[in-house]
Amino acid sequence: MIEFKDVSLVYPNGTQGLKNINVKINDGEFVVIVGLSGAGKSTFIRSINRLVTPTSGSLLIDNEDILSYHGKNLRKLRTKTGMIFQNYNLVKRSNVLKNVLAGRLGHTGTLRSILNLYKKEDIGLAYESLKRVNIEEKLYNRADELSGGQQQRVSIARVLTQQPNYILADEPVASLDPPTSHQVMTYLKKINKEDNITTIVNLHFIDMAMEYADRIIGMRAGEVVFDGPVSEVSEQTFEEIYGRSIREDDLRGGANKS
Amino acid sequence: MTKEKPSLTADKTPSIYPAKTKMQVTLIFFVIIGIYLFSMYWTQREMVGGIGGALGNMYVVIEKFFPPNFAVLPAIWEPMAQTIQMAILATTVSAILTVPLALLSAQNVTTFKPLYYLTRTFLNILRTIPDLVLAVLFVGLFGIGLFPGILALIVFSLGILAKLISETIESVDMNPMEAMRASGGNTLQVIWYALVPQVAPQFASLVLYVFEINIRASVVLGLVGAGGIGLILNQQLGFYNYPNAMAIIILIFVVVIVIEFISNKIREALL
Amino acid sequence: MENYSLPPKPKNSLWKKIKTIVITLLVIGLYVWTFTGIDIEWSRVIERALNNFQRVIPKLLSPDWSATSEVALAMLETVFIAFAGSLMAAILAVPIAFLAANNMMGKYLSVIGKWILSAVRAFPDIILAILFVVAVGPNAFAGVLAIAIGSTGMLGKMFSEIIESIDMDIVEAMQANGANRIQILFYAVMPQIIPEFLSYAIYRFEVDIRASSILGIVGAGGIGTMIIFASNNRNWNEMGTILLAIIIVVTIIDFASARIRRKIV
Repeated sequence: MIEFKDVSLVYPNGTQGLKNINVKINDGEFVVIVGLSGAGKSTFIRSINRLVTPTSGSLLIDNEDILSYHGKNLRKLRTKTGMIFQNYNLVKRSNVLKNVLAGRLGHTGTLRSILNLYKKEDIGLAYESLKRVNIEEKLYNRADELSGGQQQRVSIARVLTQQPNYILADEPVASLDPPTSHQVMTYLKKINKEDNITTIVNLHFIDMAMEYADRIIGMRAGEVVFDGPVSEVSEQTFEEIYGRSIREDDLRGGANKS
Repeated sequence: MTKEKPSLTADKTPSIYPAKTKMQVTLIFFVIIGIYLFSMYWTQREMVGGIGGALGNMYVVIEKFFPPNFAVLPAIWEPMAQTIQMAILATTVSAILTVPLALLSAQNVTTFKPLYYLTRTFLNILRTIPDLVLAVLFVGLFGIGLFPGILALIVFSLGILAKLISETIESVDMNPMEAMRASGGNTLQVIWYALVPQVAPQFASLVLYVFEINIRASVVLGLVGAGGIGLILNQQLGFYNYPNAMAIIILIFVVVIVIEFISNKIREALL
Repeated sequence: MENYSLPPKPKNSLWKKIKTIVITLLVIGLYVWTFTGIDIEWSRVIERALNNFQRVIPKLLSPDWSATSEVALAMLETVFIAFAGSLMAAILAVPIAFLAANNMMGKYLSVIGKWILSAVRAFPDIILAILFVVAVGPNAFAGVLAIAIGSTGMLGKMFSEIIESIDMDIVEAMQANGANRIQILFYAVMPQIIPEFLSYAIYRFEVDIRASSILGIVGAGGIGTMIIFASNNRNWNEMGTILLAIIIVVTIIDFASARIRRKIV
């Protein structure tokens, strides 16, 4: 369970990233956070694994305040929360297997990982993860030989290998075309249901949010302006969140279920 | 199209460049010429016979160097080989030592500012000292021989290599590093998994480049007693044995060109 | 998670395998050759170091201030050598660079120009200095000539690369205007190359300051002359002063040069 209690974040340059956030996310939920760029979605998500640190309030994960974490505690927290990025963030010159195994870094001793001495189970797990996103045949290809969609699937496999309790996805489909976007979202949803992993996804496409989310949180200017199950959301809700009328580019389209 | 003479008087025609720029450029130009002329006067003031005499003399002197005496080649082959070995050894050691220094002087890895500035300043000072000066110092400390020469090459190339590699590190894609950190990797793991694969080819290329520099530097170290072919060259010059000296110079020339050619080919294949 | 086994790695081609083995053997061979060839008499090195460290290091760190004016004068001469040499080289390099650039004078001349430049570059500065000391006598002017020739090799290469990278469309546009070769040179080529030429020439001056500070070791003037005297006389206090002078002057010139270059480009 993730619980934001009056969380605020002011960046060193004075920008207000988050403003008095109070949100509770239950285990197994699939939450989509929507909002325009600069609304604080990314800051919200990155507070959970402490890639950024809120400046006030408390953030409880499994009933522990993580804002005081540092060093070993922090790394342990991060092994529990997997993250997927807009630009996949793979090491382009390394092969797919090595990229996926990087998900085990937090579980592996430094010396072992530097000498590439992974446990057999870990390698098996990595291969299993690649199979789950159907990309196991690219095992030994270099990451930069893959297409964008394939790279994002590899990064999902990397997160799976981490065996997290939470998955955070920061605009996972923003760099992909519509069919590939749906494919990636379908994988995320499937993993959420099969493994009961709490999943939080940042999106700015309204139609995709509606299609995949259990619950939608709307953000504007660092504040939560909407929070509710997808059944309560209408076009008007989005207009309120965005503060303007809905446009063509707020939709991803291509919603033919794959 | 016919060109009409502008009816305006000369001082009213707009100039292509603003008057201020013109003034500045003219001033800088004359200052540079002034320093140049003074430098020429200063550097020639001790020369016997002035520049005309010296240049006339040059032909006579150059004749003394020819024909080069290639009969000495077998005798100088061993010191030449030793020179190359010095460069290989020094490059290897400085490639190893450079790793921590380059990491410490890369802004995106060393986020602790005072440490970063300390390493940067240290490297900057290291780079101001020319190779032969280092050699003179180390010969003073350790006596004549190969060891001070190798040490001079190591220190000299360390400054250059660490700077070039830290610049490479600063230009890498930071995204994978963020991903590794997000999955709980510690600093060492992040460097090994996200940074090393990105910089490895450039690292190899820069090490080869520094090897080329070290080859050039190592051939002259002997002039101050720090081992290698330069020592023999100095002796031959001391005995006014110019044809022998010329043979050595030509050998150096050939070795430098061959090694640079090979190194260039490898570097092209790497990148 | 019962499946721990991975599919087999794709087999590398035989050619690739052979290549890897050959390269590995070559590298090992090179290092074996190196380590067998270098023999350092460690006992002597250590003995010397133990004797000398206490005598040398403290003296280096307490510079001899009475030598300041003499050192300053020698350092000034070093700067003069570097300045005159760099400027000569910058001028000499221009015609050779045009010759060597493949978009200016035709292919054959370009190849010849490039060969001349790499031949010149293969001579270390100090070897050139030795030759010029024999030719014009042991004085600072020999240093100027050595720097001038040595820098011409590097600057010529840099300049020709700049010329090769210019926008040839402008040249074409001028040709279409009916401009002749000289006019094209001044109106289309020069404006594109001058800032970068200047920038490289100034950068080369930085390098030449370092180079000219050691030329005195072979008798070509500047602070190097004092380095040799101080080392022969084991005058380590004075060596400290000299080192300090080199570090200060080089740092100042590097700094100034970086600022000027940022302004130009």
